[in-house]
Amino acid sequence: MFKASRIRESYGDRLFLLGVYAFLSVVTIVVLFPLIFIISSSFSSPQAVVSGKVWLLPVDFTLEGYKAVFRNPQIVFGYLNSLYYTVIGTAVNVALTVMLAYPLARKTFYGRNFIMVLLVITMMFEGGLIPLYLVVKNLHILDTRWAMILPGAMAVFQVIVARTFFQTTIPEEIAEAAELDGCSDIRFITSMVIPLSKPILAVLTLMYAVGHWNAYFDALIFLKSPDLFPLQIVLRNILILNSIDPTMVTNVDQMLAQQGLKDLLKYSLIVVASAPVLIIYPFVQKHFVKGVMIGSLKG
Amino acid sequence: MQKRIRKPETSMQGQPHEPALPDSKSSLRFIGKKMKRHWQLYLVVFLPVLYLVIFKYIPMSGVVIAFKEYNVIQGIWGSPWVGLKYFEQFFESPNFWLYLKNTLGINMYGLLVGFPAPILLALALNEIRNGFFKSSVQMITYAPYFISTVIMVSILIVTLSPSVGIISKFTQLLGIENTNFMGIPSLFKSIYVWSDVWQFSGYGAIIYIAALAGVNPELYESAKVDGASRMQKIINIDLPSLIPVSVILLILNLGNFMKVGFEKVYLMQNPLNISTSEVISTYVYKVGLLSSSFSFSTAIGFFNSIINLILLVSVNYIAKKLSNSSLW
Repeated sequence: MFKASRIRESYGDRLFLLGVYAFLSVVTIVVLFPLIFIISSSFSSPQAVVSGKVWLLPVDFTLEGYKAVFRNPQIVFGYLNSLYYTVIGTAVNVALTVMLAYPLARKTFYGRNFIMVLLVITMMFEGGLIPLYLVVKNLHILDTRWAMILPGAMAVFQVIVARTFFQTTIPEEIAEAAELDGCSDIRFITSMVIPLSKPILAVLTLMYAVGHWNAYFDALIFLKSPDLFPLQIVLRNILILNSIDPTMVTNVDQMLAQQGLKDLLKYSLIVVASAPVLIIYPFVQKHFVKGVMIGSLKG
Repeated sequence: MQKRIRKPETSMQGQPHEPALPDSKSSLRFIGKKMKRHWQLYLVVFLPVLYLVIFKYIPMSGVVIAFKEYNVIQGIWGSPWVGLKYFEQFFESPNFWLYLKNTLGINMYGLLVGFPAPILLALALNEIRNGFFKSSVQMITYAPYFISTVIMVSILIVTLSPSVGIISKFTQLLGIENTNFMGIPSLFKSIYVWSDVWQFSGYGAIIYIAALAGVNPELYESAKVDGASRMQKIINIDLPSLIPVSVILLILNLGNFMKVGFEKVYLMQNPLNISTSEVISTYVYKVGLLSSSFSFSTAIGFFNSIINLILLVSVNYIAKKLSNSSLW
């Protein structure tokens, strides 16, 4: 019966499907290959990396590169700083986002259209780099940890995503019923809205946390003290500006060895810096997809 | 999709409850009562709104320094007005056209290649039934989205490096000499755009895949009965159903047209490729913060924002006229 209701695929269609499979396979290989190459290189000996022997799998397996990474105090401090900014920054982000998004989702909240307009305007027009810099400077938080947290304490786009979620999942009736029972708005938020909103809280936390972990531009503008630098700035200094290598080079052999180690260090560093996000990625992927889709609904 | 349908229902049910208060003629008193009843919500909203004012609206008003001779001692409001001096200075500088050309060039190229790429990926994935292959392709292509800009550019530098890069190994096999791809000005745009495609296509495809999943299956059934080929189904069913989403995304992309990519462009710059890699936003940063010409830099940034705003509003208008989908 199942077979009978099916129309057989034509020859052309099967060929087309084959083409689709081929296309997707090529895409996947193209995306995956650089990632595998970097991981393999990071586990290979410096000589193998420099002489180009690494293609797919590690050659002369070694942890030399990783040892060099963790021996570097700059990197370790950068890691800790990034952790700090990510944890505190994300907590502030999520709190502020919910605090604005929930009232905006309530129809009984007079003035919500006005605040919504205020929000949308900031998406279309912004003061720009220098005026923001001057504000941060006038608040006297330049070159402090606050500068990494306050200027980006909330993202308008995420507020709209959260508001859409609240509107669609928490019916106005529950709030009204709670109100009749004498429940205050704040109590309603803490004991009803937040427990009911775990999916969106997860999405917001993840998106903000990834943003903080990967951020470097704020630090570039607002921070001067090296001991406050997040990992991304340290990475930039080492990977892109090449400003490592305090030791003097005496002979050619040593120089070659050091050059090799430097290249190896780059690969290991790339892996170490991306590891936290990529390790949790498979577990949280579903939430992310959900977040993107909530965001795509018109607010 | 389902959520969108559910929304109007709740609002309809919500409405009759709302004017529970007697429809008093003085609406002001009515509003006052409503506000008093929900004073806690205003308390909750206070901090986020304060944030908006301090970090969004005060900088907006700070744009006036573009029209002033800003100096630290007199502050933003005390500094003397100079009118359009800094705008003229920028427009008349020989580099203005170069930077504008680079900005527009990179963005046009990026839009032309980067916009259709996720659509193509989503259409291809949609042809395949759910299974291991489909989910792994999706997961793998999505992963690069999480790589930071600094790491992304580092990957570009190591893979394109003339000594250890994987690309150089391929060209060596072909007998071509080592080349420093990052130093060739004419290649800058391509490297920028295609690495973006590599990083963001998988992420971008998600929305389109969701839109395709919402297509009425009866359409496919009847197409099958009519003997449509897979290609014809894509052209006649899939593509039209993606139009609303793609119009919205296109508008959003165009709204960011002038500011796109500062972080990445800045990291990819080197003295060899600077002739094609300097864009308006990187120039704003260099002039403003590295050489402390605050007013001049703000003027350039203001010019950038205005172009953006005009683009956003006009594209939205055109989209509304042509396809009935728009941001507002």
